[in-house]
Amino acid sequence: MTTLTVYDTPRAKPATGFWTRDRKAGAVFLVLGVLATVLFTGLARSGAGARFVWGVSSVGAGISIPAKAGAAIFGVVCALCGAALLTGRAERWLRWLAGLALVTLVLSFLCWQVAGQAMPLGSMAQATVKAALPLVFGALCGVLCERSAVINVAIEGQLLTGAFMAALVGTVAASAWAGLVAAALGGVFIALLLAVLAIRYLVDQVVLGVVLNVLALGLTGFLFTQLMQQHGDKYNFPPTFPAWHIPGLASIPIIGPALFQSNIFGYLAIVLVIVVHFALFHTRWGLRTRAVGEHPTAADTVGINVRGTRYRNVLLGGVVAGIGGASLTIGDVGSFTNNMTNGRGFIALAALIFGRWSPIGATMAALLFGFTTALAGYLPLVGSTIPSEFLNMLPYAATIVAVAGLVGRVRAPAADGQPYVKG
Amino acid sequence: MTAQTRPAEEAERAERPPEGGRARRALRAVASANAVTLTVLAVVLALVLGAILIVLGNDRVLAEYGYFFAQPGTTLGDSWQIVTDAYGNLFRGAVFDPSALSGAIAGTNSWNLVFYPISETLTYTAPLIFTGLSVALAFRSGLFNIGGHGQVIFGCIGGALVGFALPLPPVLHLIAALLGAAVGGGLIGMIAGVLKARTGAHEVIVTIMLNNIAFWFLQWIITKPGVHNPARSDAISKDVLGSARLPGLGSGLRADLGVVLGVLAAAAVAWLLNRSTEGFELRAVGLNPDAARTAGMSVGRAYILAMTTAGALAGLGGGVIVLGPAVHLTGAVAGTVGFDGITVALLGRGKPWGVVASALLFGALHAGGNRMQQSSHVAIDLVTVVQAVIVIFIAAPALVTAIFRLRATRGVSASLAKGW
Repeated sequence: MTTLTVYDTPRAKPATGFWTRDRKAGAVFLVLGVLATVLFTGLARSGAGARFVWGVSSVGAGISIPAKAGAAIFGVVCALCGAALLTGRAERWLRWLAGLALVTLVLSFLCWQVAGQAMPLGSMAQATVKAALPLVFGALCGVLCERSAVINVAIEGQLLTGAFMAALVGTVAASAWAGLVAAALGGVFIALLLAVLAIRYLVDQVVLGVVLNVLALGLTGFLFTQLMQQHGDKYNFPPTFPAWHIPGLASIPIIGPALFQSNIFGYLAIVLVIVVHFALFHTRWGLRTRAVGEHPTAADTVGINVRGTRYRNVLLGGVVAGIGGASLTIGDVGSFTNNMTNGRGFIALAALIFGRWSPIGATMAALLFGFTTALAGYLPLVGSTIPSEFLNMLPYAATIVAVAGLVGRVRAPAADGQPYVKG
Repeated sequence: MTAQTRPAEEAERAERPPEGGRARRALRAVASANAVTLTVLAVVLALVLGAILIVLGNDRVLAEYGYFFAQPGTTLGDSWQIVTDAYGNLFRGAVFDPSALSGAIAGTNSWNLVFYPISETLTYTAPLIFTGLSVALAFRSGLFNIGGHGQVIFGCIGGALVGFALPLPPVLHLIAALLGAAVGGGLIGMIAGVLKARTGAHEVIVTIMLNNIAFWFLQWIITKPGVHNPARSDAISKDVLGSARLPGLGSGLRADLGVVLGVLAAAAVAWLLNRSTEGFELRAVGLNPDAARTAGMSVGRAYILAMTTAGALAGLGGGVIVLGPAVHLTGAVAGTVGFDGITVALLGRGKPWGVVASALLFGALHAGGNRMQQSSHVAIDLVTVVQAVIVIFIAAPALVTAIFRLRATRGVSASLAKGW
């Protein structure tokens, strides 16, 4: 059955011979681990402790790690993970070892940076989830579209339209729920343009996505300047969703504040990730969606409505992305500003690719990217010398590394971007 | 193994007419009045949609629609009045202002005011020609360069660094600064080309990511000592030295040599694509990489060449901005010129002279949009909407336009047909 997914020979051959995927990853982590051990240990302030606090403020229970020793130990663990992978005998443990190596690398870095200061892990987790939230919605929208082979570069535009509609309708109707519904409809509006033009009129989907982003930016920008800027109280003052604390769970250290003190959008994201994952891999709808994305001709042969499936999925994606946009306005700051998504749709796209077109993977990637954002916000507070701009670049650089196949190769659904013409 | 995949592939190919035939038909379509009619209709439709938006975006007139049936005449009259006022100012800001001419004849204002709208249009046109050419060149080579934004940013940085840090004699300095801009953009474009050629990484993903990397790099570099202007507290670079600035086309007007360079660049790209061996290879690879490879051309080399040249062109667009009207680097120095290049190239149907024409149209819309914003209080974002709508209308009848040719040629090569 795997042959069904192969239309052509990929240009870059999978790594064979000595340099298999795990060996490559191992070599990278070994080098990074050694560098971390030497650099971070050398640079860490001696005698100072790096304090990690469980809660959301910098005082309270936590642990102190001597900065130099911590940086060294974590760096060595990272290097050891790399070395284990490099032997080529640990292929089965690739995922766990690579994860451990990444975590220890970050910890080694943090020991250096936090030396003499305190890092509230609870609020870091909270900031991570907050930054990741629109990315998760955006990436899930991408999963829905691209698993049925419609490329969606217009996630940015859908988030923006959702954010705008939530603020506008939320204010006019004086109801956050109305705003939420309007946001979903706003996302669907862009999705509908994408679907009709891509599926029916066979317009190049990447070109289309870019143009739809411009359209969304122009539309929301125009109406923002014309209406919201001059009459803010009339058009741009929506009610926001209150945070719901779940008793018990909310007081779990670190993840409690992040996951169980959020508003409806946080819970919705958790539910959506699980639902999309389950639906995609364990239901008839999911099987059909994947069939349409990998081999539409075969899917058509067995009676699946290829175009119908694509329409449905793209519109569903619009709902999800629109809600994601709403999380920026009625789920957070409570008002719309021009171009407020500010490239988040593109990071969502990066998360989708980095997460290999899977809901869980994309969510993990979104959390990773959210963490870099949280870190970029935290480090200047402790007087770090690392420019936050470079931390902000990290998600993008990581995605380039992923698509270039330097560390493991990512592969899109086989028919992604190809319109289907029944023949 | 192949038995299962072949029929599908063949069925897919059979649906499409042969390559050469379609290309010729597309060329005929472009050459015929059909494309012109289509473009004019698209512009008109976009302006009609824009008019609806102008009414929707006016709080006072919008309120009148609330009691439309009580006084339909007033409502419609007011709607008509704000729309004509806005579009009138759009025209006066972009092309020609009759009151300035009568004033100049009567001697109440200078002749400069008469040429001011044209000058503004040309100022906004210049970088758009470059970014449009960049996208068009990549299109013709079968690549989609979304990286114009990042390439413009690195062009701005390269041009500005040479412009204020490298004191040289006047003419030489300008040439060096333009070269710096081209190298800055070219290098960042080359990354995408090399990754595409070596690893097959899709240029769309790589260039999107490079755009954002370039953005953050710019935010970082303008605050660094040596680049940051010490006399200013905000994030702004030193001014480009006078010797590296593009000479103006008229005293007191913003238009400068940039637009002339843009036209020259269009001529150069036209020559490169249509008359040179490299250009033939680029087009061959763009139309059908497999056939090009069979014919002994290096597809990878063509990709690298195309992306580097495209990057250098967009970089020059950045140079024209920073050595022209902008003078120094700011966080938003590149504006949306890089993304607008995509719409310019699509409207220009991937042809160098088409790009010049569509850059002129979008430049005029931008210049007029400024006037419209000031005089009619209609936000300039309307121009963005109009641009996007024009391009959507152009792209929608995909079967008859050159854009379809582009999409379909991607369909031939499996690696390009995968969106990613």
